[in-house]
Amino acid sequence: MFLINCPFCGEREQSEFKAGGEAHIERPKQPTELSDDEWAEFLFMRKNIKGVQFERWNHAHGCRKWFNIARDTSNDQIKTVYKMGEKPPVE
Amino acid sequence: MSKNLRFKSSKLVDETYRVSFKFNDKTYYGYKGDTLASALLANDVHLVGRSFKYHRPRGIMTAGSEEPNAIIQLHDNTSRTEPNVRATEIEIYEGLVASSQNCWPSVNFDIGGINNILSPILPAGFYYKTFMWPKSFWEKYEYFIRKSAGLGKSPKEADPDIYEHKYIHCDVLIIGAGLSGIMAAKMSAKNGLKTLLVDEKSFLGGSTIYDNSEFSKINNQITSSWLEKEINEISKLENLEIKTRTSVAAFHGYNFLLARENLTDHLPINQRENKIRHRLLKIRAKKVISATGAIERPLIFDNNDRPGILLSSAIKKYIDLYGIACGENNILFTNNDTAYETAMSLVQRGIKINAIIDNREEIESKLSYELEKNNIRIFKGYTVVDTYGYKRINGLSIMQLSKDGQKVIGKKIKLSCDSLGVSGGWTPAVHLFTQSGGKLKFREDDQVFIPNKYPSDQLSIGSCNGDLSLEDITTNTVLSVKKFLNINKTDYKTFEIITGINKSKRNIWLLPSDKILGKTKSFVDYQNDATAKDIKLALREGFRSIEHVKRYTTTGMGTDQGKLGNMHALGIISETAGTKIGEHGTTTFRPPYTPLTFGTIVGRNVGEFFDIIRRTPIHDWHVANNAKFENVGQWKRAWYYPKENENMHQAVQRESKAARDYAGILDASTLGKIDIQGTDASEFLNRVYTNAWSKLAIGKCRYGLMLNEDGMVYDDGVTTRLDENHYIMTTTTGGAANVLGKLEDYLQTEWPELDVYLSSVTDHYATISVCGPHSKKIVSKVIPDLDFSDEKFPHMSFKNTKIGQIKCRVMRISFTGEQSYEINIQSNYGKSVWEKCMEEGKDFNITPYGTETMHLLRAEKGFIIVGQDTDATMTPIDLQMDWIVSKKKYDFIGKRSLYRSDTIKDDRKQLVGLLTENPKEVLEEGAQIVADITKSPIEMLGHVTSSYYSPNLNKSIALGVVKGGKKMLGQKLIIPMENKNINVTVAHPVFLDEEGERLNAKL
Ligand SMILES: [Zn+2]
Repeated sequence: MFLINCPFCGEREQSEFKAGGEAHIERPKQPTELSDDEWAEFLFMRKNIKGVQFERWNHAHGCRKWFNIARDTSNDQIKTVYKMGEKPPVE
Repeated sequence: MSKNLRFKSSKLVDETYRVSFKFNDKTYYGYKGDTLASALLANDVHLVGRSFKYHRPRGIMTAGSEEPNAIIQLHDNTSRTEPNVRATEIEIYEGLVASSQNCWPSVNFDIGGINNILSPILPAGFYYKTFMWPKSFWEKYEYFIRKSAGLGKSPKEADPDIYEHKYIHCDVLIIGAGLSGIMAAKMSAKNGLKTLLVDEKSFLGGSTIYDNSEFSKINNQITSSWLEKEINEISKLENLEIKTRTSVAAFHGYNFLLARENLTDHLPINQRENKIRHRLLKIRAKKVISATGAIERPLIFDNNDRPGILLSSAIKKYIDLYGIACGENNILFTNNDTAYETAMSLVQRGIKINAIIDNREEIESKLSYELEKNNIRIFKGYTVVDTYGYKRINGLSIMQLSKDGQKVIGKKIKLSCDSLGVSGGWTPAVHLFTQSGGKLKFREDDQVFIPNKYPSDQLSIGSCNGDLSLEDITTNTVLSVKKFLNINKTDYKTFEIITGINKSKRNIWLLPSDKILGKTKSFVDYQNDATAKDIKLALREGFRSIEHVKRYTTTGMGTDQGKLGNMHALGIISETAGTKIGEHGTTTFRPPYTPLTFGTIVGRNVGEFFDIIRRTPIHDWHVANNAKFENVGQWKRAWYYPKENENMHQAVQRESKAARDYAGILDASTLGKIDIQGTDASEFLNRVYTNAWSKLAIGKCRYGLMLNEDGMVYDDGVTTRLDENHYIMTTTTGGAANVLGKLEDYLQTEWPELDVYLSSVTDHYATISVCGPHSKKIVSKVIPDLDFSDEKFPHMSFKNTKIGQIKCRVMRISFTGEQSYEINIQSNYGKSVWEKCMEEGKDFNITPYGTETMHLLRAEKGFIIVGQDTDATMTPIDLQMDWIVSKKKYDFIGKRSLYRSDTIKDDRKQLVGLLTENPKEVLEEGAQIVADITKSPIEMLGHVTSSYYSPNLNKSIALGVVKGGKKMLGQKLIIPMENKNINVTVAHPVFLDEEGERLNAKL
């Protein structure tokens, strides 16, 4: 069980949080303009990499805020935590 | 017992305190401080069980948690009975009752022993290969195998003991209180760090605490005395907490560890009353130091498993710590110097050593020289090739090893013994380190895996780090702990070490024999009866990966996870395959290090505390009125209210009829309620629901359907516009938390520009729904100040009002198709308002109904229940709910997915009504729906999702999903059941009052 440094509350146990999948996938502003393939790209396609991955997490049993983390999936080390709307850190 | 195997002991055993206990129905005596194993050995009992597959007699092999053989059942036939307990770990107490578990009918006469004779036909994979074929025979084999395999008995009654969980936060956790652990604890605590030191044993000092020979000294003091002084010193340190009988079970990432603190297992049963038995410690440590020691390796030779064969270090521990000799005529068999320390301990007590067999041709230790001076025979360059004695070893034969160690040469020499101590060197206990994600490296010199890369802020010290000599342990512990904890100064200067042993070793994974391999039984995994032959067979059959070999041969898959034999398995694999051990890696060690009881894992979360239970404010009334409850999420919901002799069906039929003919009352408090405020609230609802919301007038209610982005129905419920910028949304009972989470997600991440605030108010209100033709009269009496006329208070509208002084909201909405009013009032008034409704409704035959009747009534109307009639593969179009999907709105969650190539297909599963040919026949929910039963395989078209007998229609009704069902109206389909085929006709899913006249009927 890892510790996550919620940008609003500070360090808390993983069990207080809910994972929300890959970060920085923006919902298209005009879905109706998209082809089936383009929409499917948004809807279904997710990365599953070994290494540093950007993820959305929600402090479900805390402040209820969503935020992003950069986590190394091979060892669960969290490189950074940053708020929604902020740019992902450059490698 | 005439033999005296107990010698004076100063360390652990209190000889003034005699303890009686029972093992396999026989009474024995031991002393306080004994383990069950030591007490049995003192009574010359070695045979304690039978092996798993061949049912060979097995004896105590070790003196610690790595024990593979002495696995016993504790507290026979009581509620405390516990299988798979290691006799080497259980401390005896007055009245202890234990028995061998892997034997039937008894340890001395074991029917499964026949497997030993049949063993030529019981190779690796035997169970897979034989008993699984032909498949139909398994049932016959199973009875015999299960009975004779004797995996122990689980208790049949509730556990009478108390368990608890505790969180601990510390700067430094040190696992293992042996030499290096004690030194690290002193350095850490003296440096001002909050330190926790744990050890699985009842005493501190590990194996060093009985290292009391003249040949082992630290700074001119006998090693054990030196350590005792250290222990005395640290026990006074303020920053240090010491927990004995505490074994770390799991080492997770981020230095999160689970440990089991054993508080009462060593006490007589009558002293355990009201005490906590085990405490599961959830430790979060800034830094972790593993000082978990090393486990001695056995040697792999023919018949290396007889009772009386022990690890040499175990023999030393039993004599030095407990004062017990494991035999009167001992032989030691070794490939390194360790066994010479054991020999010296025996010699000092005057216990006979018949011979020492050493694989090495040259030995240079001081101890061997000393022993030879004592006329102890040492066979150098020899190996044991066989052992004798069925229930106890009585002799062995040895032969000389060839130069390359692959063959035996010369003449066989027979020697007698009643105890054999074996030593194959040491395996660092890296289990916890690897659990934490640590990576190992292989050290060729002495063929051990040692920690290489730490995944978190942790350190391994002492023998678990591969420091196997006194010099290395002391010097390296100080150096590495200083660096790890950033300590400038310590009490430790240099160490002057005297030791009788050196590091030389002759490692031969599988010792040669004069027999061919196929005729030998050289056990690698004692608990699971895997032999060297089995491993070679697996390789011959094409297995290469260590993980595959492990599963095929079951090596390392017992409750001991192969703590003794895993390295040999690896060694034999690499030797046979001609590869390097380092290339194979090890198998994965998984938590727990030693087994945990279920009690420890669940702690206090038992019985009514097993899970959170949510009760409505009206719950007590339901209980008082004989309600049966069903679980919906964490909620207890009234299911139905049977009268005297009614069964469920009768109660539901009565409730359903009353609700349509007179009046019904339902506790709907569990529905999720989300308060939505903000200037963009309307726009927000527009985006999350499929239908349009901006034009909903203040004071009006609307049903809404929420989709996932993939177009599938996610939740539904009625939302009411309380004010210009204020709505209250209801969700399904089970979906409440997830809906709130999803809405927050969109607000925070996709539409942060919207001015909307959400708050869960589910628990704030009690919701009482009164329905039926007389509902209006009843609520008018409950709330006399409110005008309930259809003109002033039409269907799908809401009023703020008061009952007495208490504010409440009333919605006229319906999930039954009847005129229906929902009173929402502050929770703590819920029960009294409910009682008021009952009182005012008495003259109108008001009938409380539960969730089952609610489901039946809505099914008559064809209203869906999300999660019952839908399963995350249903679009609103599939549900024939096209009417609720706005064509005008540019976008809403899931809209684009409603015309993906897949969602527009005609032959998707669609919701339909189903009417049985025989109107009395009620379908089973979940039953398959087919069209043609003549063709095989029969094509499945769908399944029944809801099914009831409707008392209001006097016939059976059902909803189901059927491929292309929308176009099948009137078509006949078949529900194939076990004993019959039921004919049904596809119907429109609304069975009652399709025009909705009952909602507005003047009554
Ligand atoms: Zn937070």
